[in-house]
Amino acid sequence: MYGLGLFKGLAVTLKNAVTPGRMFTTHQYPNRRISVFELAKASSTNVISYAAKNPAKAVRSAIGLEWVPDRWPQHPRFRGEEFTWYEQRCTGCASCAKYCPLGIIRIVTDPSGRFVQEGEKYAIEVFDIDIGRCMFCGLCVEACPYDALHMGSGFEEGRYTRSGLVIDVNRLRTQPKRPSNWFRPQLEAKDYNPHSGKEATYVDVGRHEKPSEQKQEVKWAKRL
Amino acid sequence: MAIRTEPITINLGPQHPSTHGVFRLRVKFDGELVLDIEPVFGYLHRGTEKLAEERTYVQIVTLTDRLDYVSSMTNNLAYVSAVEKLAGIPVPERAKYLRVICSELQRIASHMIATGFLLQELGAFATPLMYAFRERERILDLFEMLCGARVTLSYMRPGGVTQDAPREFWPALDILMRDMPMYIDELDQLISGNEIVLARTQNAGIIRPEAAINGSLSGPILRASGVKWDLRKANPYEVYDRMEFDVPIGSRGDTYDRYYIRILEMRESVKIIKQCIQQIPEGPTRTPGPFFIRPPVGDAYASVEAPKGELGFYLVSDGGISPYRCKIRAPSLINLSLLREMLVGWKMADMIIIFGSTDIVLGEVDR
Repeated sequence: MYGLGLFKGLAVTLKNAVTPGRMFTTHQYPNRRISVFELAKASSTNVISYAAKNPAKAVRSAIGLEWVPDRWPQHPRFRGEEFTWYEQRCTGCASCAKYCPLGIIRIVTDPSGRFVQEGEKYAIEVFDIDIGRCMFCGLCVEACPYDALHMGSGFEEGRYTRSGLVIDVNRLRTQPKRPSNWFRPQLEAKDYNPHSGKEATYVDVGRHEKPSEQKQEVKWAKRL
Repeated sequence: MAIRTEPITINLGPQHPSTHGVFRLRVKFDGELVLDIEPVFGYLHRGTEKLAEERTYVQIVTLTDRLDYVSSMTNNLAYVSAVEKLAGIPVPERAKYLRVICSELQRIASHMIATGFLLQELGAFATPLMYAFRERERILDLFEMLCGARVTLSYMRPGGVTQDAPREFWPALDILMRDMPMYIDELDQLISGNEIVLARTQNAGIIRPEAAINGSLSGPILRASGVKWDLRKANPYEVYDRMEFDVPIGSRGDTYDRYYIRILEMRESVKIIKQCIQQIPEGPTRTPGPFFIRPPVGDAYASVEAPKGELGFYLVSDGGISPYRCKIRAPSLINLSLLREMLVGWKMADMIIIFGSTDIVLGEVDR
């Protein structure tokens, strides 16, 4: 029968319109509408007592005017924008700068020219990452031999100026440390999730433990 | 008294909604009839081949993501196989299976886009496209689990893949492979029997098999013309020789066959992934090696069956840390070689869908 194919197609549309698991859902960003049931659950009461306590909010949520900030969760391996850096682990070897395909990492260590002994490390003066040009391939993170540099977990780095997109050493020192699990099996083994809000200490992120004083002495003794 | 008429030249593009990107067609019309076409491209030229000459072999992987930006996995795979051939790097078994799983998932995602946009150009505004994108979304979620990105993946490395799949990847893949045949059936049911689609696409833009071979077409476009040529069967790379799957071929080589062959290929991809899940061994996923690979002096060509066709990389090494020359055989560009033969003689509305059925991505045409 001519026209049967059209009805077959419409049947698919109808099936998707009524099956709850197959419905098209729009997830609003960055805020999501919240129902009165969820509001009551959030304040750990039932709906009726919540509505009696704050009627204005209940009415607003019933007509869809109450919003809560909500994000679709990313995987812990998500390669996020802000980089996480652990100064205690960084030796200033500049492997990350060397491996970067775009050359956007700038590192300046100890311009005084002091001779650094084994076991000591360079002081980092400048560590600029220009994420305005970064493509988040993660090669710098892959290159880091001491697990000092990690991908971040966020993705909201909107700025009004290009210079604001340069992550400098002060920001790397002070920002919350939520490293991504990307290329860090030690974090995955600990089931670390950067989106849970917990920060990772520099001990958590490392494959290598810093050698103790005694071990250093033994190492020097063997060398001499 | 007869009205004096003359042909009119119209620009389609470079930002036309039907041109899959910044592609420009200069078309000479007689009324609605296409008399002659002249494709103009290069608006998205980024000089990938030249840029590759001043990057190390690992860094070029990130450039290949940007070629065909809806199927980054197969681009990565084609490039790293060329490097492995050039430098003689062995690949662990588990990495080979992961690569096959990834490239078949990418094939499904790419064919979903091709199908959705073909219907978009037919005038079925957004509905089939939204169906296709919803299923593709779940594949991109899997890619995010594997490598932390959704489009610019950079997952493969010379000598394997960056890292093993996380624990939660395998149950998610199992669930997706259970659902995917149902999704494909649904898309099939939604589109294939539709009388409007049949009337518009059947017998439109026919490519004869001899012409397709002469034009060195590859991929679904070639197979829709009835030529059984698939690199996965003809020159099995990775572990495709251990998989059981069919190569679907079309009979007429028209726009409808070029659409339907993609539906059939998605079904075969699901079969391959299911076999991979059963066969995948434990073990390492990457051969440890230096970041600055220095292959011996020589050249190598490796090609894979990308969703669009045969994607090949030709690398010449002078013994340094970056290739002396990197040539990309991009299927999208070469599949355009029969464009004039396909489009001339059709009406304007037919021209749009015939052009859409070639499924080109401009990132790969211009490079």
